[in-house]
Amino acid sequence: MTTDPTTYLMRGVRPLGGEPADVVVSDGVIAALGAPGTLENPAGDVVEIEAAGHVLLPGLVDLHTHLREPGREDAETVASGTRAAAAGGFTAVHAMANTSPVADTAGVVEQVWRLGRDAGFVDVHPVGAVTVGLAGERLAELGAMARSAARVRVFSDDGKCVHDPILMRRALEYVKAFDGVVAQHAQEPRLTEGAQMNEGVVSGEIGLAGWPAVAEEAIIARDVLLAEHVGSRLHVCHLSTAGSVEIVRWAKSRGIDVTAEVTPHHLVLTDELARTYDPTYKVNPPLRTAKDVEAVREGLADGTIDIVATDHAPHTREDKDCEWGAAAFGMTGLETALSVVQQTMVDTGRLTWADVARVLSVNPARIGRIDAAHGRPLAVGEPANLTLVDPSATRVVDGAAQVTASGNTPFAGRELPGRVVATFLRGRATVLDGAVVEAAEVAAR
Amino acid sequence: MKHLLSTTDLSKDDALLLLDTAAQMAATQSREIKKLPTLRGRTVVNLFFEDSTRTRISFETAAKRLSADVINFSAKGSSVSKGESLKDTALTLHAMGADAVVVRHWASGAPYQLAHAGWLDAAVLNAGDGTHQHPTQALLDAFTIRRHLVGRRGGGDPDGVGADLAGLRVAIVGDVLHSRVARSNVALLRTLGADVTLVSPPTLVPVGVETWPCRTSYDLDATLADWQPDAVMMLRVQRERMSGGTGGAFFPSPLEYTRYYGLDARRLGLLPDHTIVMHPGPMNRGLEISAEAADSDRAVIVEQVANGVAVRMAALYLLLAGDHSAEGNDL
Amino acid sequence: MNPGTGMPGHPDALTGPDTRTVLGAGDVARALTRIAHEIVERAKGVDDVVLLGIPTRGVTLATRLAERLAAIDPAFDPVQGLGELDVTMYRDDLRRQPTRAVGVTRLPGAGIEGKTVVLVDDVLFSGRTIRAALDAIGDLGRPRAVRLACLVDRGHRELPIRPDFVGKNLPTAVSERVRVLLSEIDGAEDAVVISAPAGGER
Repeated sequence: MTTDPTTYLMRGVRPLGGEPADVVVSDGVIAALGAPGTLENPAGDVVEIEAAGHVLLPGLVDLHTHLREPGREDAETVASGTRAAAAGGFTAVHAMANTSPVADTAGVVEQVWRLGRDAGFVDVHPVGAVTVGLAGERLAELGAMARSAARVRVFSDDGKCVHDPILMRRALEYVKAFDGVVAQHAQEPRLTEGAQMNEGVVSGEIGLAGWPAVAEEAIIARDVLLAEHVGSRLHVCHLSTAGSVEIVRWAKSRGIDVTAEVTPHHLVLTDELARTYDPTYKVNPPLRTAKDVEAVREGLADGTIDIVATDHAPHTREDKDCEWGAAAFGMTGLETALSVVQQTMVDTGRLTWADVARVLSVNPARIGRIDAAHGRPLAVGEPANLTLVDPSATRVVDGAAQVTASGNTPFAGRELPGRVVATFLRGRATVLDGAVVEAAEVAAR
Repeated sequence: MKHLLSTTDLSKDDALLLLDTAAQMAATQSREIKKLPTLRGRTVVNLFFEDSTRTRISFETAAKRLSADVINFSAKGSSVSKGESLKDTALTLHAMGADAVVVRHWASGAPYQLAHAGWLDAAVLNAGDGTHQHPTQALLDAFTIRRHLVGRRGGGDPDGVGADLAGLRVAIVGDVLHSRVARSNVALLRTLGADVTLVSPPTLVPVGVETWPCRTSYDLDATLADWQPDAVMMLRVQRERMSGGTGGAFFPSPLEYTRYYGLDARRLGLLPDHTIVMHPGPMNRGLEISAEAADSDRAVIVEQVANGVAVRMAALYLLLAGDHSAEGNDL
Repeated sequence: MNPGTGMPGHPDALTGPDTRTVLGAGDVARALTRIAHEIVERAKGVDDVVLLGIPTRGVTLATRLAERLAAIDPAFDPVQGLGELDVTMYRDDLRRQPTRAVGVTRLPGAGIEGKTVVLVDDVLFSGRTIRAALDAIGDLGRPRAVRLACLVDRGHRELPIRPDFVGKNLPTAVSERVRVLLSEIDGAEDAVVISAPAGGER
């Protein structure tokens, strides 16, 4: 892994959006932190970053990323996806298991983990499949994956639902042995056969097969009750409906150990976009109604929803340049997630920057059990996994200009606030002045 | 008018212009020489991703009667067995200099994509897309209704030229959920001033139908007897809706469907004398419509087919004949 | 979409400072009467004569001519001997202008087969409308002869077509615009007016 011998001095940053401070990053840790102008000038090779007004956050952690490798390297690779993650301010990502072959053995998860380590942009934590081949028939070797070099703690058949209740129960119970968590993709398969978009007024009008909210809510309701019954923790992936928020709120009020995530796109986009028949807006779970968007924002604000996770799902042009019915589900998200959260939650006064740190770093790190290195407080001696954001900047999103290998962003052409100025992974600058810093550049210093 | 994609895009004036033009086209079709030189040198491509010999022949006849060159491009393929992509097909047609593309597709929205993705600059006519729209079917239905219920009764123009359908009642019966014919008709009939009632078993009513400009009923007998529609339009029931299949059957048995939603001689007897019976074809005799109903003198089903040619001639004429360089909007 | 309707413009637009009246109501009436007599003379009677007006004003003129023919010779049936011929679908300039609405074609009750068909139009200019009309007639049947009557011949022919019966030969510049106003359609007194340069419309 690349180490960065450079010392960085950031002047005038606002840690978690608070009072201005100077911060020194050196030897992989936060070496000093104090009021502006009060720190001793560090010795040696120092890069100074004028950062007045910029917000300093713990490095962002994504609990839900599709890196596509192995199998679909034409859409994304671990290298390209982790570069995109760094560009978006992330220092750790959880790589979903629906690769080809599926990440359902220690061998595959270790391969992904090593590819991530070699790329050196973020820490890649593979997610292990719950069932062999995501087939929903029998448990994968969860213990072997947990005890592999990849130290898997999050298990998910994401893309598919663990719909068999007895299999789900067994998985919830089994992962307790290594403090794992099952991240459920809540989609009742029988209610969503052939489904193309949210079932509602729009689907009825434009003639696309509907995906009812109840297909998500029924699984979440079942799973929180199962989790309660067996005393396990449960994580709900990308919840998207007002009803799902209500169920999770109820479950938490009963003390059930459930956490939930929402994607950036479900915080802002609605099913009205399907009227364009542009498959860029085809995603699983589908874009819902304005009422659902408001409900997930409220759930994120009041803590019912614990985290924002990208569900970054890169797809090749040919998988999106086609009929809606033939197109792949998914949209990219790593490079726009922080901006969407700023726009929908911070700029509207519903979350502070400290809250952003909580939902995009602290909580996902804790759920993934990587909180020894990520989601840490901004304090001297802590690992220098950091993200520096200029909240006053704006930009117009351009799919072709993204770092990810795929251009399927639903925000293309939209102006979004906020810009990731710098990202540090254990003190190594992966992004400086908004541009990705290649490992070779660091090594050459 | 650059494209004809959905009846929801048609203003009342647009719809009346299409119907009135169709009336003039229909008049030419009773002549000995049916062919007109109007679209000489223009190329119309019938792009069919889904089999429909009836619709293709109707469009082909319409284009040929207007002297256009017709190319039939059958690109049948499912999402699973993807052959050439829609985009590549469109680029090919563009290179071939197609002036109009008549597209039938299994995917809802495919014609909209062809018209808007920038792959080709031809006029796009939707000849039926998935469970979305089939605008020329709705236009030929409206044309047929107007001819019978406005033209022949009104004492004005025998074809009802210039008239809308204000005050007429149309019942549309059957599988509304999967029907592009129903969607197209609800919008167009409402634009033309008619009142529509959809009659279906609850499993075949789309979610959100309460926002549609029509009434809904689960009771065919009550609708026929109490509401006294002027036209009854029966929808085809697809075979795959009856069997268990992957999603389960939408009704318990064909027999039960016929019992509650089939049009037969007894139900015909509930209707006013002038009420016409329509069906977009092909019919499942004995299922949604009995032989007595299909062959009764109220049935205008064969005439619908003939009117289809005139309506498609009108659509092709209005899309292709003029200089549209200054126009940007869809019809 | 905004198709041409074939309906008249507002008459006020035709009375600007650059507009002059070349025929008045009396001139129009006299011209039609003279044409009617010439038609009878040329056809040696009215037996096989039918009139086909070209929309919009040609139909009105044909109706007036039919009344005059019947007045000259009661053997002419002003209903059965009168029709209208829409030539829109036979035009060669469809792609040069916004979509035209297709008009009504109504053949005379007597038919056109073996008849002497007199086409009636208001202004004869390039001759292209008449070319389209001849093509349309050819698809509808086989008259014994086709003749052409027009109220005004303004010259500038682009095809080898000439009228058989003319109300008034009117030398014009190509850029000028000639309009025939008829009381039935335009709501004003009959007149033929020329308005100066209107961008060479035809």
